Amino acid sequence: MTIRLGGIIAGLAIAAVLVLWSLVPGAYNYIFGPPAEKQASYAFYEHGEGPEGGFAFDGPFGKWDVAQLQRGYQVYKEVCSACHSLKFVAFRNLSQLGYTEAEVDAEAATWTVPGIDPNTGETTTRPGEPTDYFPMPFPNAIAAAAANNNAIPPDLSLMTKARHDGSNYVYDLLTGYGEADPEKAAKLGFETPAGLYFNKHFPNVNIAMAPPLVIDGQVTYADGTEATVPQMAKDVAAFLTWTAEPSMVQRKQTGWFVLGFLLFATALAFLSYKQVWAGMKPKKK
Amino acid sequence: MSFAWAKQYEPKTPLTKWLDDKLPLPRLVYNAVGAGYPVPRNLNYMWNFGVLAGFCLMIQIVTGVVLAMHYAANQAVAFGTVEHIMRNVNWGWALRYAHANGASFFFIVVYLHIFRGLFYSSYKAPREMIWLLGVVIFLLMMATAFMGYVLPWGQMSFWGAQVITGLFSAIPLVGEPLQVWLLGGFAPDNAALNRFFSLHFLLPFVIAGVVILHIWALHIPGSSNPSGVEVKSESDTVPFHPYYTAKDGFGLGVFLILFAVMVFFLPNALGHPDNYIEANPLSTPAHIVPEWYFWPFYAILRAFTGDLTIPFTGIVLIPAKLLGVIAMFGSILLWFFLPWLDKSPVRSGHYRPLFNKFFWFGLIPTMAVLFYCGGAPAEEPFVVLSQIATAYYFLHFLVVLPIVSQIEVPKPLPFSITEAVLGKDATAEARTGTVDAGTAGTAPDGSLQPAE
Repeated sequence: MTIRLGGIIAGLAIAAVLVLWSLVPGAYNYIFGPPAEKQASYAFYEHGEGPEGGFAFDGPFGKWDVAQLQRGYQVYKEVCSACHSLKFVAFRNLSQLGYTEAEVDAEAATWTVPGIDPNTGETTTRPGEPTDYFPMPFPNAIAAAAANNNAIPPDLSLMTKARHDGSNYVYDLLTGYGEADPEKAAKLGFETPAGLYFNKHFPNVNIAMAPPLVIDGQVTYADGTEATVPQMAKDVAAFLTWTAEPSMVQRKQTGWFVLGFLLFATALAFLSYKQVWAGMKPKKK
Repeated sequence: MSFAWAKQYEPKTPLTKWLDDKLPLPRLVYNAVGAGYPVPRNLNYMWNFGVLAGFCLMIQIVTGVVLAMHYAANQAVAFGTVEHIMRNVNWGWALRYAHANGASFFFIVVYLHIFRGLFYSSYKAPREMIWLLGVVIFLLMMATAFMGYVLPWGQMSFWGAQVITGLFSAIPLVGEPLQVWLLGGFAPDNAALNRFFSLHFLLPFVIAGVVILHIWALHIPGSSNPSGVEVKSESDTVPFHPYYTAKDGFGLGVFLILFAVMVFFLPNALGHPDNYIEANPLSTPAHIVPEWYFWPFYAILRAFTGDLTIPFTGIVLIPAKLLGVIAMFGSILLWFFLPWLDKSPVRSGHYRPLFNKFFWFGLIPTMAVLFYCGGAPAEEPFVVLSQIATAYYFLHFLVVLPIVSQIEVPKPLPFSITEAVLGKDATAEARTGTVDAGTAGTAPDGSLQPAE
């Protein structure tokens, strides 16, 4: 009895404190107080839908489009890598994109990585080898910030997993640059500060990154694909999906084997359950 | 203990006889989860989740021990070693996804297990100790899961650690030093990461220990059952093996199918994208949210928005933050008192009409609202909603349950489990050995049974 009485008193006390000191003032403020301020940028944000037709790796049966990954790699190398690192990816990983061993060697050698002079021990640079990781574009964070209007270009290795619906997000962001509707902007007092760029698919619509893909044909694709801006954006988004999770397709394929086995095993388990219980369950009249 | 009719273990080969003499481990297993454990014959699928929770603990320990072989709890490299596991360790991605989603599935299973306990009042005498140990396991799980989420050292890891250890700073006088002592510094750093790793490795084995006590305590009175009527005779029970090993085997298969779908096709759906950004003490995420399984309790924490003051004086008795912390811990600690708050002698919710209404139209919607609001940003209308739900949560357990158990008129209970399964007539037939159901007879509970 003491516990129940104590419980009732404690329960009423907690509810009373919550209702009288938190809920009532909060609700009063919500109804009669000034409306919550929303940043003007909310009016300009548009949710993107990703590229038309989606990606080859979408869905449970998705597969890498190796030619697309190679094109995306080319966009990264010629455009993004000027500012963005790819620190969790090694050149040897490129063999997954359909390159032969010799091609990977050659590709690695086109990059310059930090090294140590074997004779003097001085720090120097040397051509990359397959075991090297993609080099950092800036020596340190301060240098990166100094060169980019105080915004540090993030590492791209995991970008498509670090954003909600990341593959589509990268595509949308790269194709979302433009101008804010001037009438609406004047009405809301919205402006894009100097050094920032308007991008309707960036959460607060003013982004520090200058439009990286600006004209069709910015990259000359080795396979002859026409390099429109949406094409380049889609290719590099696919490439960054691969860098974020090189095992994605293997994961899905393994999943089907596992599910097949489990469905079979569970069916057997169900039958043995029914057999064991046969005769124990009452018959429905 | 066991029922008198429980089968006895009989070693047959010289080896098992020798073993039974020296260390009767096979006998222990036989009596615990073998043919020597008589279990009510009417358990429904809600009784599958205890075994599944134990299985989840094993998944977590096995995958976790292997992950620990490749992980380094150092603030400078922790994030990188997780990526090393994902990219370079053979099947590392499968191990890590199984471990991360395994935590979520562990909580899903345990929440269903708790739900079962609440609806069928499994916490009531003579099973109070099982319930109390279960609450201890749940608290240990929460601590383990929280510390595990810090280990990848992503943005949510870091800021989650900051927010949760910050709760302790709400305690008067000792709060701030306590937080510094817990973290080993003024903010989450290498010291915090190291101790969280150490404890995250230790606590699962503590959980395993309490699980053994939980199962031990279960075997004293035996399993509860959906009718809430205690076992009376041999016809009420079946041996655990093969009856419930077969049923649990099927349940395990269904569980593994759902688990495999998440691990192989939606491995990041239950996580937060921000945790793929390396921890950065200088950049606060827009919304700091814990993992989904903490959302209801996070909503209770955030429901207290106003300080408790003496009206018109501005004197603060208890700051809002401390109120929230007390309520959040209190919301779980009150479960320890549940066996004594709910005094109704009837266990199963099926036979408690009033309890049933408050359970389905009160507690369950409340938990849904708390869950949703805990994951939503701290703005209206979620704040008001979570406040109403929090108030009801405490009223339900502390006020409604004691009063309902006092005033409720329960529905008539079946005489026995056998009767609950087979119906009255069949039981009478079985007892008297007659197939003639047309004559008036005496029902097993002594009441007169009219002829059909």
